[in-house]
Amino acid sequence: MTRKSSIAIGKFVRKVARLRGGGSALPGLVIEKIDRSFVRDCLGQLPKGVVVISGTNGKTTTTKIVTELLESQGLKVFTNNTGSNFMRGVVAALLENINLRGELKADIAVLELDEAHAVKFVQAVQPKYSLLLNVMRDQLDRFGEIDHTAQLLSKVADATTETVVINREDKRLAGLSTAARQVYFGLGKELISEFPEDDELLSRSTKKQPSSLSADVVLSSIDDNVAEFLVDGKRYSTPLALKGSYNIFNSAAALALVRQVLPSAMVQALVDGLASIESAFGRGESLTVNGQLLELFLVKNPSGFQLALNSFAAGEHDTMIAINDNYADGRDMSWLWNVSFIGLKSVQMVSGVRAADMALRLKYDCVELVKVIEPNLSVATHDFCTNSTRPKRIFATYTAMLEIRKILKGRKIL
Amino acid sequence: MKELTILHLYPHEMNLYGDHGNVLTLKRRCEWRGIKANIVAYEPGDKLPKNIDIIFGGGGQDSGQSVIQDSLHQLAPTLKSLVSAGTPALVICGLYQLFGKFFKTFDGETIPGIGILNVETIGGAERLIGNIVCESEEFGEIVGYENHSGQTFLSKGVQPLARVVRGAGNNGQDGFEGARLNNLIGSYLHGPILPKNPRLADFLISKALENKYGDGALEPLSDAAENLAHQSSASRPR
Repeated sequence: MTRKSSIAIGKFVRKVARLRGGGSALPGLVIEKIDRSFVRDCLGQLPKGVVVISGTNGKTTTTKIVTELLESQGLKVFTNNTGSNFMRGVVAALLENINLRGELKADIAVLELDEAHAVKFVQAVQPKYSLLLNVMRDQLDRFGEIDHTAQLLSKVADATTETVVINREDKRLAGLSTAARQVYFGLGKELISEFPEDDELLSRSTKKQPSSLSADVVLSSIDDNVAEFLVDGKRYSTPLALKGSYNIFNSAAALALVRQVLPSAMVQALVDGLASIESAFGRGESLTVNGQLLELFLVKNPSGFQLALNSFAAGEHDTMIAINDNYADGRDMSWLWNVSFIGLKSVQMVSGVRAADMALRLKYDCVELVKVIEPNLSVATHDFCTNSTRPKRIFATYTAMLEIRKILKGRKIL
Repeated sequence: MKELTILHLYPHEMNLYGDHGNVLTLKRRCEWRGIKANIVAYEPGDKLPKNIDIIFGGGGQDSGQSVIQDSLHQLAPTLKSLVSAGTPALVICGLYQLFGKFFKTFDGETIPGIGILNVETIGGAERLIGNIVCESEEFGEIVGYENHSGQTFLSKGVQPLARVVRGAGNNGQDGFEGARLNNLIGSYLHGPILPKNPRLADFLISKALENKYGDGALEPLSDAAENLAHQSSASRPR
């Protein structure tokens, strides 16, 4: 079959799948069947190559920051910002962006891939750059052990042709040996204890020291959302629209990567470019609902949940937590017990398929649950959003977050 | 005020997924009854506390198991005599395996256990993963989540903790889950096991009180939230 016809078929399948309310799975499957070298050929033509961003936490936010920073420097970026970080998400995004001759009008591809799909991807397309964020406990029912997840990322590093950008504070990643050049980003002494690795979340541990590896970009301090970076030994600071220390650390990762892609870019210009970048969908995203601030936090694993709770003081907010256990959320609820909720004091609503598990978890941290448990997300979200005039926060697992956003839009209260 | 000391074995390496919740459950269910619970975290090289009323150990990664290996074998005589004397204990997943005779990995390496439980574990080619429901005469329905590649077989005469209703259990073949010896419970169930199966937690607390104070009677608690989460868990697909 010719490339032109596989593209036409792919585009058609994608349209039909969309009309039926489906996602990116079907066109990806179809293209995989009829045109095996599609992804490699489409991405092979990009003059500045391909960037793969992987790790447990922060992929979406970091990909968004990298993309916007590169665009601010005049590059045309192809990215899979459709929310699917599987191989087929890349195919769907390609089908949307190429013309029938198979041309992709972009200088560089910046792709977010989950650990397992990143390995699959690099077997087809060798990235010029990769960015490895962290290895945390996440969906062990899918990946087995954390050490195994680290091995997956090591394969991504191995396939990288030019530079691997690595979080030096992640002890499973900092030790990787790679043929490609390694560049690090990291945290300053003052911040290191604010970023527990989940080996340390609940066990007694000695005070953590910053890594001795020298880093190209260090996030040295965060003060009221003004971040200070040490880049190549010099200090740069900027206010940020991004919220939460972990999102701000992602911007350090992004800076380190962008400096590899564009070595001649002015650091000050890049740091200034960070200022206006907003959080990605569901990652501390702010909405206005019924005239009140509503912030959405996607929670996928213990360290991410803990960082989200720690980064934002409980204060005068109402809190809702929605926990689903679909495949994309992870079926095992054990992880909720590796998060400490003690700082919350009270929670107004728990919802989702596993609302009862969440309520039980709160009981054992002696957090007051103000309302009844409402597993139905629609009822719970509506109730939560209309019942008080205080600013609100919703912490939700992946599929619960998708549904909640749909509910908020569908009810036209956005 | 009554007081119990709970030994938490190797929380750093053997706390893969939510095992901390078991210790927290014991602590709260003591506190809600006016019993003081002292949690003592034990890491390799530490000194054991004098009076141990309950022993808990969780699951870890393969790499974690090798880190604690030497230390565990040093503790073996003490742990063995505590268990024979009727000290209540709960070991989950990795430490359940190491409380047995050995773990022969899928690659053929044999990791010696401390042999308190007469069980043997063989590494399997695939992981047994998913929600699990089982039934015990002693404790009723038990729910949890399993995630293990080791397949554990009970030697003749060893009592299982429960019979599997839905899921794999010890090895996916004989329908047994976990093991029982004196007041020791071994199990593959994460979830964690105690919050959603409070009868198991109360068994451990009651036995500890009986050993220490001669009276294991427990004040009843309202378990509405526990029961709701238990039912919700039991109704979920594998």
